[in-house]
Amino acid sequence: MVPTESSNGSGNLFALYRDMVRIRLAEERLAALFADGAVPGFIHLSIGQEAVAVGVVSALNPDDTVASNHRGHGHALAKGLDLSAFYLELLGKDEGLCRGRGGSMHVADLSKGMLGANGIVGAGMSIAVGSALAHKSLANGQVAVVFFGDGALGEGLLHESINLAKILGLPVLFVCENNGWSEFSATSEQISFNLESLAAGYGLSYSCVAGNDVRKVANAAGKQVAEIRAHSAPSVLECKTLRVRGHFEGDAQKYRTMDGAEVDDHDPLLVAARALRAEGVSDEDLAEARRLVDIEIGQAVEDAKKGSPPSFADALIDVYAQQAGA
Amino acid sequence: MEVINYGRSLNNALSDAMADDSRVVVMGEDIGAAGGPFGVTRGLLDKFGADRVIDTPISEAAIVGAATGAAMSGLKPVVEIMFMDFSTLAMDAIVNQAAKAHFMFGGQRPVPLVVRTPHGGGLNAGPQHSQCLEAWFAHIPGLKVVCPSSAANAYGLLRAAIDDPNPVIFVEHKGLYAKKAELDDSRSSQIIGKAALAREGSDATIVSYGATVNTAIEAAELLVEKGIEVEIVDLQSIQPWDRDAVVDSVKKTNRLIVAHEAVEAFGVGAEIAATIADIGFDYLDAPIVRVGAAFMPVPFAASLELGYSPNAGDIVSAVRRTLE
Repeated sequence: MVPTESSNGSGNLFALYRDMVRIRLAEERLAALFADGAVPGFIHLSIGQEAVAVGVVSALNPDDTVASNHRGHGHALAKGLDLSAFYLELLGKDEGLCRGRGGSMHVADLSKGMLGANGIVGAGMSIAVGSALAHKSLANGQVAVVFFGDGALGEGLLHESINLAKILGLPVLFVCENNGWSEFSATSEQISFNLESLAAGYGLSYSCVAGNDVRKVANAAGKQVAEIRAHSAPSVLECKTLRVRGHFEGDAQKYRTMDGAEVDDHDPLLVAARALRAEGVSDEDLAEARRLVDIEIGQAVEDAKKGSPPSFADALIDVYAQQAGA
Repeated sequence: MEVINYGRSLNNALSDAMADDSRVVVMGEDIGAAGGPFGVTRGLLDKFGADRVIDTPISEAAIVGAATGAAMSGLKPVVEIMFMDFSTLAMDAIVNQAAKAHFMFGGQRPVPLVVRTPHGGGLNAGPQHSQCLEAWFAHIPGLKVVCPSSAANAYGLLRAAIDDPNPVIFVEHKGLYAKKAELDDSRSSQIIGKAALAREGSDATIVSYGATVNTAIEAAELLVEKGIEVEIVDLQSIQPWDRDAVVDSVKKTNRLIVAHEAVEAFGVGAEIAATIADIGFDYLDAPIVRVGAAFMPVPFAASLELGYSPNAGDIVSAVRRTLE
């Protein structure tokens, strides 16, 4: 029997698993399209980090807001962005989420609380803090989340943003996806402190989870988001995870060796699948979930290929927003 | 008839905008309890409370970044950056985030945000507290840049900036805050992108903005003694700037001088001169002359700063060059 989404326990884990499969297959398809030259520009894949995006977003309401980073496909899809519109954007089409003006590093859907991937390391920090400021000011009960990598720990804006959120008492969750890599360099060689001590220094509560175990991420995020919503105080969640691909697609990763067994041990999809099997979910159920997602993605990619080229005239008009009623 | 200074005019604009729209919040360093380093936000904290008049740490990057996120999430923030020189610390938020969000996200939502900041010298404040950096911002697609020249247009331009759905860099001049004007209606609104005629004349056109409009008026008075009547176009808005108003004036005078306090090289004057040389060439009887500061950091010592800043004499010389 395929577990239902609404039930707790394995049912909930099954839904989380399916959401992770969706991100994984979407990015694998993207990698293939990129290799074929169908995706222009740079793409940064989050393969291996899906549990952070899915686990954290599972703790949010649809109107909560998320600021992301250059490795943002997972956050966008977890937040419910339309898969066809996502591919249309990455292929540079007019029907894309951003009408072909942003691409991979700027996927956004403000109507779904997704405030954008971001090409500037650390920039999402202050955007999420500002979004939280709006939530507090409008008393709408919403929470803002920012996903940032350990590479962003060296950015001054990160420190300014955490301090500002604390001083103003803003409802924001700072989620560090610690994959150990700052682009092409080991973070351990670049950062002299750890996030726990930083959080303590700024007076923020902090927790750390095995970031490739989606259930653990969901539980930790759930607790922290509830606290934030109740008390409008920021906190930090560190998720230890694994970047399986290079910094960007095409990165030969000569600076690192990868242990295949370690990757399998920590692959968030395999971790979740093992837990589901232990709870009695069959291999057939897991394969069926994958098959359905694969069909959905295949359809979205086909839709995207049929997209129209973006309008230059419309792009020029949109450099500025027009005054309402003008 | 009301006599009001530039700072009070801006204060009225903030206060009225906040009263009219609860989404308007002001944020910045020492703007609440301290009333702002130049007093522009004085009294707002008492009127509107700490949730809408937000004192922040000294964190320019995070302040403007947060204002951008807040604008994307339903507020209309008005940020104060204490000196325009400090905007360098907030450049990512202004240039990469706020300026691009509407375009880059496919026109999903406007990002209504105002960054108020004082530029300009005259206070011997030295190289890091005196610069006029407006040309940088005017160079960025997605930003508007507004620069009022007196208490008369400060109110209306700030109201327009707050009403605008785009990020607006609102440039004030430190030397103007205490300067008073006598006004019929101190609370009339303006349109961003429309210039005003500060003086009518037929012999040459001086285009300027901000405090330099006053310097141009001084120059005009000196030129009257020599029988020369200049027209002065106060741009009020630098991005967009009112080409029609400048062309109309040049059609009448056939001579153009552009004067500003910012360094002359690669500045607003260069843009205007190049544009008018293109679209207004047939109306010109003389080369366009720019008047701007020397290509050096703003110096501290009074004698050096006097030499650095364009004065009325420099503008007079420039006008005379076009009439030779």
